[in-house]
Amino acid sequence: MKKAILAAAMFAIGSIGSLAQAATTINGAGATFPYPVYSKWAWAYNKETGVRLNYQSIGSGGGIKQIKARTVDFGASDAPLKPEELDKFGLMQWPQIMGGVVPVVHIEGIGTGQLRLTAENLADIYLGKIKKWDDARIAASNPGLKLPHQDITVVHRADGSGTTWIFTNYLSKVSDEWKNKVGNAKSVQWPVGLGGKGNEGVAAFVRKVNGSIGYVEYAYALQNRMASVLLQNRAGNFVAPTSANFQAAAAGADWAHAKGYYMVLTNQPGANSWPITGASFILMYKTQDNPEQAREVLKFYDWSFHHGQKIAESLDYVPMPASVVKMIEASWKNEIKDKHGNPIWQ
Amino acid sequence: MARSSVAKECDTDMKTSANKAWGDTLFKGMTLFFATGILILFIAILIALWHESAPAIDKFGLSFLTSTAWNPVKDEFGALIPMAGTILSTILAMLIAVPLSIGVALFLAELAPVWMRAPFGTAIELLAAIPSIVYGMWGLFVLAPIMADHVQPWLAEHLGFIPLFSGPQMGIGMLTAGLVLALMILPFIASVTRDVFLMVPQNLKEAAYGMGATTWEVVRDVMIPYGKKGIVGAVFLGMGRALGETMAVTFVIGNAYHLSWSLFAPGNSIASTLANEFTEADSDVYLASLMELGLVLFLLTFLVLGAAQLWLKRGIEGGGK
Repeated sequence: MKKAILAAAMFAIGSIGSLAQAATTINGAGATFPYPVYSKWAWAYNKETGVRLNYQSIGSGGGIKQIKARTVDFGASDAPLKPEELDKFGLMQWPQIMGGVVPVVHIEGIGTGQLRLTAENLADIYLGKIKKWDDARIAASNPGLKLPHQDITVVHRADGSGTTWIFTNYLSKVSDEWKNKVGNAKSVQWPVGLGGKGNEGVAAFVRKVNGSIGYVEYAYALQNRMASVLLQNRAGNFVAPTSANFQAAAAGADWAHAKGYYMVLTNQPGANSWPITGASFILMYKTQDNPEQAREVLKFYDWSFHHGQKIAESLDYVPMPASVVKMIEASWKNEIKDKHGNPIWQ
Repeated sequence: MARSSVAKECDTDMKTSANKAWGDTLFKGMTLFFATGILILFIAILIALWHESAPAIDKFGLSFLTSTAWNPVKDEFGALIPMAGTILSTILAMLIAVPLSIGVALFLAELAPVWMRAPFGTAIELLAAIPSIVYGMWGLFVLAPIMADHVQPWLAEHLGFIPLFSGPQMGIGMLTAGLVLALMILPFIASVTRDVFLMVPQNLKEAAYGMGATTWEVVRDVMIPYGKKGIVGAVFLGMGRALGETMAVTFVIGNAYHLSWSLFAPGNSIASTLANEFTEADSDVYLASLMELGLVLFLLTFLVLGAAQLWLKRGIEGGGK
């Protein structure tokens, strides 16, 4: 009898072990901004290799918390961690994917790409200093466009988000008043406006409220056919939010000299650079207790760097340029080690 | 004397009664365990909230309750705006829902033709089963545009001299939140109140009618006094739901940290603040402040329901005199 139970137990343990072997699952959590592309990569990668990715889009802050608590294999954040903070927790980060944040408006008779806004205009609208659409400061850069005498309803995110981080980072760079009064964070004390939950909440408010302006990720503006604005960039040109212009912003970025890949892509130089461009980052521990698992994570991201560009572009994200990918993979080799100091990525 | 004779009669069943006694003890013990479990859970939640909000309590003290700041960049937080939003939206909802639902209940219990009562009653109860997020989406996509295009312009035109009905008409804000909440709690109050009215003994009503009372007099002098306790209970059931309602409010309240006299203006409530900001609260004080908001909501609900109980007890005693 005892033997039978023992055998059954052995069998059970054995089968659990083999099950775990059969389906490797890598776990990650964090930013919502790259979630659509990560989940599509995961699906394609699973078909090819059988490895499953379980990614929980709980928000950048949540992702950072989870990786610090070591409950996931990697964390994801839209705001890069400062090099000091990376060192403090023994983490490494790299940029995985890029995208743009787009101001969208809902004004009777004004379609996409018709309204031109300068950086100061945008900051003043969000500061509540420009209150009407036909304000002289807006009209100055829109000769020939008939602007209504209508209250501006400002829409922002109600929840903390990486999108807000990128947007407020841009406003802080172009407006000293914004920098001193409001600042740059995943959620801020908004001087004016309505708060929508998530990109979809902001999109819904902008669509429902006449005379409103909001900011969403590029994909949402596109999918919801919202009227985006032309924004004046650092070079002084009014540019449209397009993949090509996001790429232009990314091309000028000097990743090689960014310690810990701490790099913010807002307000980049370049004639065509879209000024509110951002990257989404992956966080991993430099010392890995379970090198096999860590290698699976790196394999997945290696695959997505080299085979996932099409998927990313189809979802209106901007893949990292090949030169940066080379740098990132060299950093994997140098920085991510097992307990004995051997590199995990060969 | 009588007791001992009963005891003698039971002697023959000694064995079974011993078993019974054992079973009774067990049953009593189990129920006691469950009942104290609730009390322990209640205290544990309170302690946990208190403990988790300690950094915020240490930093802000009582000023947390009076401060209008909510600035994650500078780590300054105050509960006044969400508290005001929770209380105001609940008051609005109660003002609309209580008279409406008592009317609905009276109609269903007393005035409606008999064939109408069952289907209408069921329809009202079904309203209570609709998930709150559906109310929220309906509020955002259907009610908000109607408010912006028709209701708010009308209110501003006719009552605009009162500051409550001034300001930009966006359709999203405190008034819409109050309306959606009112619709959500209406079925709760209405169906319980209807049951209370149905429990009024027929002979009491018939006696009143026999004395020549009109329907209104029967309702006012017989049905409402008879069911007072039940009606108040129903009202507080609805109020408890309105205070803690999260998703429906988040959709339409506007989630903005501004205090305004205007009911058209966007505001915020404690529950929707928690729903929106918990995931990305990255500093300790931020998280603790959210916890303290939870504690405030807990105490607020407790105080309101406690006051209701007290008032109810007084009212019943007063009525008995």
